[in-house]
Amino acid sequence: MCARGYAKMGNMPQPNPWFSSPADAATRLAEAGYLADPTTATTAYLAGALEKPLLVEGPAGVGKTELAKAVATVTGAELVRLQCYEGLDEARALYEWNYKKQLLRIQSSQGSDQEWSATHDDIFTDEFLLTRPLLTAIRREEPTVLLIDEVDKTDVEVEGLLLEVLSDFQVTIPELGTVAAVRRPFVVLTSNATRELSEAVKRRCLYLHLDYPDAEREREIVTSQVPDLEERVAVRLVETITRLRELELKKAPSIAESVDWARTLVALEIGELDDKAIADTLGVVLKHASDQAKAVKELRLRS
Amino acid sequence: MTSGLVDRHISFLEALRAAGLSVSLAEDLDAIAALSALPWDDRATIQAGYAATLVKKQTQRPTFDALFDVYFPRMVGDGVAGRRDDADAADGAVRDNAAALAAFREELADALAEGDEQAMLELAAEMIARFGAMPGRGPGLSSWSAYTAMQRVSPSELVDRIVQALVGDGRLDDEARREAGRRIGGFTAMVEADARRRIAEEKGPEHVANVAIKPSIDRLDFTAARRSDLEQMRREIYPLARRLATRLTQEHHAKRRGPLDFRRTVRASMSTGGVPLTTHHKPKRPHRTELVVLCDVSGSVANFAQFTLLLVYALRDQFEKVRAFTFIDHVHEVTEHFVPGADPADVLTELAASTAHAALWGRTNYGRALAKFEENHADALGPKSSLLILGDARSNYSDLNLDVLKRLSGSARHAWWLNPEHRRHWDTGDSAATRYGEVVPMVECRNLVQLGEFVHDIL
Repeated sequence: MCARGYAKMGNMPQPNPWFSSPADAATRLAEAGYLADPTTATTAYLAGALEKPLLVEGPAGVGKTELAKAVATVTGAELVRLQCYEGLDEARALYEWNYKKQLLRIQSSQGSDQEWSATHDDIFTDEFLLTRPLLTAIRREEPTVLLIDEVDKTDVEVEGLLLEVLSDFQVTIPELGTVAAVRRPFVVLTSNATRELSEAVKRRCLYLHLDYPDAEREREIVTSQVPDLEERVAVRLVETITRLRELELKKAPSIAESVDWARTLVALEIGELDDKAIADTLGVVLKHASDQAKAVKELRLRS
Repeated sequence: MTSGLVDRHISFLEALRAAGLSVSLAEDLDAIAALSALPWDDRATIQAGYAATLVKKQTQRPTFDALFDVYFPRMVGDGVAGRRDDADAADGAVRDNAAALAAFREELADALAEGDEQAMLELAAEMIARFGAMPGRGPGLSSWSAYTAMQRVSPSELVDRIVQALVGDGRLDDEARREAGRRIGGFTAMVEADARRRIAEEKGPEHVANVAIKPSIDRLDFTAARRSDLEQMRREIYPLARRLATRLTQEHHAKRRGPLDFRRTVRASMSTGGVPLTTHHKPKRPHRTELVVLCDVSGSVANFAQFTLLLVYALRDQFEKVRAFTFIDHVHEVTEHFVPGADPADVLTELAASTAHAALWGRTNYGRALAKFEENHADALGPKSSLLILGDARSNYSDLNLDVLKRLSGSARHAWWLNPEHRRHWDTGDSAATRYGEVVPMVECRNLVQLGEFVHDIL
């Protein structure tokens, strides 16, 4: 039997390694370079305090994954990541028996007069278990941040698998019994909302919608990531980005793209973001020809 | 927690449920746990705590915010800001006259030009207190009116001053004008929220929750939408189309396994000594339909027609071919407006402009439109095509031409009719919903959620 499997939650109260208050969450996340708005900070604090999974939804590139990484960095926890994709199954998400090793074990015991039942007990032990991210996160004794990235990409069946893990923080392995978490991980699920997640998953999670930040915060983010950028250019850049997001584009520019744009401007040593400079570097932020055409028309870049 | 707080919490949850949010008991308990863990010194923190535990869909967030404002108001009565009025009164100044109005507008213009959120909030409260009060109205009528206050102060006339101030700060003219519009929009929302807050204070939050909270945008009826709602709905169309497309691809992948591929299975079984351990299958042929959309663009259902056309346009990859026709009493083909990569806003403008071609006399006549369609465009329908008719089936008591519709639906592979009216209004007045519905299955489609579900089901 798995030795640490049976430690029940609550038997030994452990100090909560996460945040002590919403304000504490905000300041510590800022130390890791993640500028969180009050709502994000409050929700991150609650996820730690209530020990509930946190579902983060929002458009691509607003820092959903970064939030999980920042939490891991500031709390000194290790990040265990499960990247979801279509066709992800139990064997990749949870655990798998190392059947090649099991086969070897059976073959090597054939010569000796060991009983079959003994061999059977032997090959279904911890030694032959390959743990995948979900089981790894649950069995770790040190603080852990479990990031389940892009949940909406998985099939509906995987959601069912997540339910047991997210509500009770335990995994049932038929041959071993139930493995319960020694210490609940800080779980972050991210989703681009390409698919509506099931009510059951949502009910078990706290919900946070991350959207594009306001102009002030975005400027702070850009200048903290690209310190070489001149203040004046940063203001103009954020204004342009905000304006671009108001247009109905196929793909609105994300925060990651505004940072990229700032880096481009610094690399090209453009000190003044005038219409010509915007038109020349527009490819960094807009990746569709029709979006670019529209932006040029709406911003009247080439009249 | 004191019992009063629990009562308020419970009635808040009930209001949320009444407004269409599915709040379970488990989430209720989570909310209580969150409130016990949070510091109570900031209203925004509590709001964030409630939102994280109770609201699991972003489209429901505006509804939640409005209800939160009603059940957990920002302040009571005039709050601390009332003190200034007392000082004024002591000076002998009248609170509500032409001079007071002019002075207030000065103050408001300054606050809007500064963009000072806090000052704007205070001014919104003061504005309702001074110019939106309607004393002496009968019982059961609201004694505070955002409408009256807005009419009297009319902040929209201040746009030019704000623009000037912003240009003075070094902004470009266009930019400044947009920003001014945004600030005035924000201020209007604050004034409306403050009126709701005061009414809730007098009559109880339940009253306001029942009458003043709008449904979330994806559940709002097409026919009841205001201009600003329509704008927001249009922005929802593309994300909706993308979600539908992803869902469809996933589902098609899931049932992609076709008949057994015998050759590949046998060949693969060689490595396992002739035992076919894994079977191989031929991929299924994707089946794509040709879609023919016939839509009523008369005034009463124009919005609905536009949204459905836009959604079909956004999903055109899922169809083999799409042909679209609009009608009022005459049929006009609009397929050429659906060019790939065009801007949805432009498409809508062009569609609106082409409405004139769909009308001869301008009175909806389904019978005539169907006959014209059969006469001019019968070739559009074939054994591979599906016919989709959009409209409220209100034909001004004219001949319905049921035979023509029977022939049309008979020549197509499938036929559906989407009706934007609530089922209870069908067959009232000049609606021929049941009679047409007997020929072509009629589906109620009042909002974006229903529209999305329908499109998903037919694909």
